[in-house]
Amino acid sequence: MVYRGSEGMWAWVAHRCAGVAVLLFVFVHVADTALIGWGPKYYNLFVKLYSGPAFRLFEIFLAAALLFHALNGVRIMIIDFWEGGTDIQKPLFYGVMALFLVVFIPGAYIMLSPIVRSMLGG
Amino acid sequence: MLVKLKILRFDPDNDKAPHFQNYEADVEPTDRVLDALNAVRWYQDGSLAYRSSCAHGICGSDAMRINRTNRLACKTLIRQVAPNITLEPIRGFPVKRDLIVDLTGFFEQYRNVMPYLVNEDPMPTVERFQSPEDRAKYDDTTKCILCASCTTSCPIFWANTDYIGPAAIVSAHRFIFDSRDQAGGERLDILNSREGAWRCRTIFNCTDACPRDIKVTKAIQDVKRAIMSQKL
Repeated sequence: MVYRGSEGMWAWVAHRCAGVAVLLFVFVHVADTALIGWGPKYYNLFVKLYSGPAFRLFEIFLAAALLFHALNGVRIMIIDFWEGGTDIQKPLFYGVMALFLVVFIPGAYIMLSPIVRSMLGG
Repeated sequence: MLVKLKILRFDPDNDKAPHFQNYEADVEPTDRVLDALNAVRWYQDGSLAYRSSCAHGICGSDAMRINRTNRLACKTLIRQVAPNITLEPIRGFPVKRDLIVDLTGFFEQYRNVMPYLVNEDPMPTVERFQSPEDRAKYDDTTKCILCASCTTSCPIFWANTDYIGPAAIVSAHRFIFDSRDQAGGERLDILNSREGAWRCRTIFNCTDACPRDIKVTKAIQDVKRAIMSQKL
């Protein structure tokens, strides 16, 4: 670590990482959607991959990235457009994190439980 | 108390790359980091190089990374950072030697924003009056001492040293929002350029680093909004 920043810096780092992760997924998604041009055979084969347990983990990661990027995006807009935004950027960051956990933990549970059940043979 | 100092040293004549060197200094908890540096330089190793002029937080010459955060060595107490103190030069500008960096680029950025009063009206015979409300608009940004702590704490600046940087925007803010000044629009045009205020990603390292407690990010946001609305 070259610099010990505080909430603002970590929010920015996480925002960048989440943004790049989502962008990479968009590339993959454009590619898989384009497969329909070669007929249902290849498209279905690729989409079937998405339903596997490994991909479900990837999807949970994707959901986390999207959720954080969206919530922190709102924080940045508040900072940009409202004069008082810069004064409350730290509370806003903790608000983002709290909202993130409130939405993500149940979401991840819902996404993960069918996979766990099927792996346990249920 | 005994403190351990880990100082990033670089001698351009003899070193290929910067390296850490360890020292110990016996100082009081109420001493400043600058006193520990002086204890090393005066009694242990005269080759250690760092800047310090007023030593009272006014001249802004001893900005450095203290335990990975930009601080003034003359304003940081030993008890705030003891017992292990890591000292490195501020990031982004070329290191001349040890803790001294070449600030030529920093002052170029500063000069680019016309950091002086522009008023083409005939010189009045009395002072140019200003209401307390108008004065308050730029009160915060008058406090800048040009220590470069903010600019060199900015990750955007590390990646792109052409970015005009927080310090220059703060200096511009001081005159843009001064009711007696007439070049606000010109300064906003300068800051609306590719390497201007829009490079700021509201990371807030600058605000945390400022030894004068200037709300640097707030000033930058004021400038961005002024560019958008074209209203001062």
